[in-house]
Amino acid sequence: MSGQFLHNLLLFGRVLRRLGLDINPGRMMDLVSALDHIEIGQKFDFFFAARTLLVHDREDLALFDEAFELFWRKPTESWDVEWQGLTRRRKRSGPVVTPPPLKEEPPQNDDSTSSSGQELSIIEVTRTYSDRELLRHKNFAEMSAEESEAVKQMMSHLLWNVSERKTRRHRIGKGHRLIDMRRTLRQSLRSEGEIINWSYREPKSKPRPLIVIADISGSMERYTRLLLHFIYGMKAALRQPVEAFVFSTRLTRITRPLQIRDLDLALKNVGLLVHDWAGGTRIGESLKTFNFEWARRVLGRGAVVLIISDGWDRGDVDLLKREMARLKRNCFSLIWLNPLLGAPDYEPLTRGIQAALPNIDHFLPVHNLASLEDLAVRLSDLNGSRNSVGGAKKSKHEGRQVHKDGNSFMP
Amino acid sequence: MNFTSIDQLQSAMHEQRYIAERGLATSLYLALKLHRPLFLEGEAGVGKTEVAKIMASLLDTELIRLQCYEGLDVHHAVYEWNYTRQMMHIRLLEASGEKAKESELFGPEFLLRRPLLQAIEQSREKPPVLLIDELDRSDEEFEAFLLEVLSDFQITIPEIGTIKTSNPPVVVITSNRTREVHDALKRRCLYYWIDYPSFEKELEIVRTQLPEAPAQLARQITGFIQALREMDLYKLPGVAETLDWTTALVALDQKALDPIIVDETLGAILKYQDDVEKVKGDQARLILERIKAGVD
Repeated sequence: MSGQFLHNLLLFGRVLRRLGLDINPGRMMDLVSALDHIEIGQKFDFFFAARTLLVHDREDLALFDEAFELFWRKPTESWDVEWQGLTRRRKRSGPVVTPPPLKEEPPQNDDSTSSSGQELSIIEVTRTYSDRELLRHKNFAEMSAEESEAVKQMMSHLLWNVSERKTRRHRIGKGHRLIDMRRTLRQSLRSEGEIINWSYREPKSKPRPLIVIADISGSMERYTRLLLHFIYGMKAALRQPVEAFVFSTRLTRITRPLQIRDLDLALKNVGLLVHDWAGGTRIGESLKTFNFEWARRVLGRGAVVLIISDGWDRGDVDLLKREMARLKRNCFSLIWLNPLLGAPDYEPLTRGIQAALPNIDHFLPVHNLASLEDLAVRLSDLNGSRNSVGGAKKSKHEGRQVHKDGNSFMP
Repeated sequence: MNFTSIDQLQSAMHEQRYIAERGLATSLYLALKLHRPLFLEGEAGVGKTEVAKIMASLLDTELIRLQCYEGLDVHHAVYEWNYTRQMMHIRLLEASGEKAKESELFGPEFLLRRPLLQAIEQSREKPPVLLIDELDRSDEEFEAFLLEVLSDFQITIPEIGTIKTSNPPVVVITSNRTREVHDALKRRCLYYWIDYPSFEKELEIVRTQLPEAPAQLARQITGFIQALREMDLYKLPGVAETLDWTTALVALDQKALDPIIVDETLGAILKYQDDVEKVKGDQARLILERIKAGVD
C-alpha cells in the first residue's frame, strides 16, 4: 500500500468523524488490514469493505455513500462547495424556523447564561414557603420569565419514578414458585445430599420504558419551553430509556440531543433539529409516523406512553382515532397530558380529544408544577391503577380529583 | 472450503441458491478473513438467518443457533448443570455407602452445554458457524454478557474454570431492530444492512429457489410484491413472503395472477388486517393492471 493512499485513507476517516460517524482508530486499523484481503483496484470492493467496517447504523449509510463518492473522486472546482453542503446537511437538513426555546430570554439582564444561572440560585434561596406554594399552582402560561426560571429550578427537584414490570429474568429471591436447583443442590451437599432447604428464584423487576410525544404547535407555544425542560429533567432522572418526540405538523425524534449533560446546549440542539416550531397541529399524521417508524423499535417491554397536547387537531380525525387505537394496543399505559385541563371551565370537546379519548388510560392536566407532581405520583403507581380505571371517562375524573389547587372543578 | 476472493464466495453462495449482493459478499468475506462477527440488520424476511445457514454448508461445518428472547440467561445460552443426574449420582453413592464430593458433582460429565459453550468448545476442533438470531429480542444484560464472550471467545464456569479458544467460530448476529442494540456491541462487528432486493434480483431469487414456478407467474408475483413495497403499509412483505406466495400459487396450479386469486391469497404476503383491507379489491386490481401492462 502506498504512503499516499494510506494518508488519504486516514484523512477519509477524519472526514467521516467530522460528519458525525462513530469512527475510531481501531476501526481504521481494521480497514487497513482488510485491504490485504481485497483488491483495492476494484472500487466497489473497497467501497463495501470500508462501509461494512466504518458504518454500524442504517441511518448513516446514505451519508457514508455520499461522502465516499465525493472523497474518492478527482477533485473538481465545485468540490469545496459540495463538501460544505454535505457537512451542513449533517448538522441540519433544511431551513430553520426561529425556535422558541431560544427566543425566550430573561428580560431584565441581557447577560450571558452563566450570570443568569447565578441569579437563579439566589431566587431559589430567598423564596419562602408560601411563594413556592403560589408558584406551584400558577399556570405555566401566565408566568413571567423570572417565575418560569424559578419553576424550572423547582422542576429539577421533582422525583421521577415509573412503576416497574416483572421481567423474564430471574434472581435469587423469596418467591415460592421457581426453584433454584443450583443453589438447592449445592446447599444439600452440606447435609450429604439431603435437601433440607429449598432455594427459590423470583422474577426481577425493572422500571418501564417511557416514551414522551409532545405537541409543539402554535397553540401549545406558551408551554413548549417549560415542557421541554420537564422532558429533559425526566430523561436525566430516570434510569430506564426515555424516548422523546415532538410534533406539530410532523414528528421529530429528539432523544439524542436531549442526552447531552448541558441543558442549555441540549435545548439548543433540539431547536436546530426541529423544523416546525409553533406550526399547525396534525396529531393523527404524527402518531402514524410514530406507529410506522418507531413503535416497533421503542415500544415493547411494557412501555408507558405520555402524549402532551391540547388536542387542537387540524388533521384527519378518523386517522387520529385509528392511530390512537393502534398505539394503545402496543403499549402498557397511554397517558394524555393536557394543559387546558387545568382551566376550570374546560371540557374536552375538541374533535381531536373526542377522537382520542376512548383509547386513553389516564387523562391528566399539565399546566402547573402541582400537576407535574401529581403525574409523578401517578407514574410510580401504574400497575395498580391501570386495572381500576374502567375507561377514559373515569380516568378523566380521577385526573380532576387529584388536582386540588384552588381552582374548583365541577366534575 | 477456503475462499480466496469475494467473487469465489459470491458464486459459491449462488451455487447454494443464495443470491447475495456484492456488498453482502464483501462483508462476509471480510468477516471470515478478519475473524470478526458479522452483524446483519434488515426488515423481516430478507434472508438474514439464511446467510448463516449457507455459510455453514459452504464451510462444511456445523451450524449452532442461539435464538434470543427476553430473559435469555446464562443457563440457556451458555451452560446448565444436569440436576437430575447430580441427584441420581448422590443417591447411587449413598446406596453404596459413600459420600458425594462437590468437585465430582460439578464436573464436566454433569454439564449441559448450551449454544455459546458448544460453539467455543467445538472451535478447538473445527470452528462452527454460530448464529445469534434476533439479538434485539434479548435484554441489555445478555447483550453485555455477549459483548464479553465475543471479545475474547472465552467462558468462565466457576466450578470448572475458563474455557477458551484461539480459533473463534464464525459468528453471524441478526437483528430486526425492534430495539436499538448497543453501539459497543455493533462496534465489534462488521455491519451490513440487507435491503429489499431490486426487481431483477428478486426475480432471480424466485427462479433459483423455485425453478418449477412458471416464468410469467414469477414475473408477475415479483412485480406485484415490488409494487406493494411502494405502498404505505404497516408491514411490507419480505422476500420470504414472495417465496411463500409463489409456492402457494404453484400449488394452486396458477399460471398467472388474476384479481380473484390475488384477493384470496393475500394473507400469504400481508400479515396485518389493516393492510389486507387496504390492498384487497380495487387496489390489487390496479396494481395487477399496471404490472400486466408493464411487465408482460
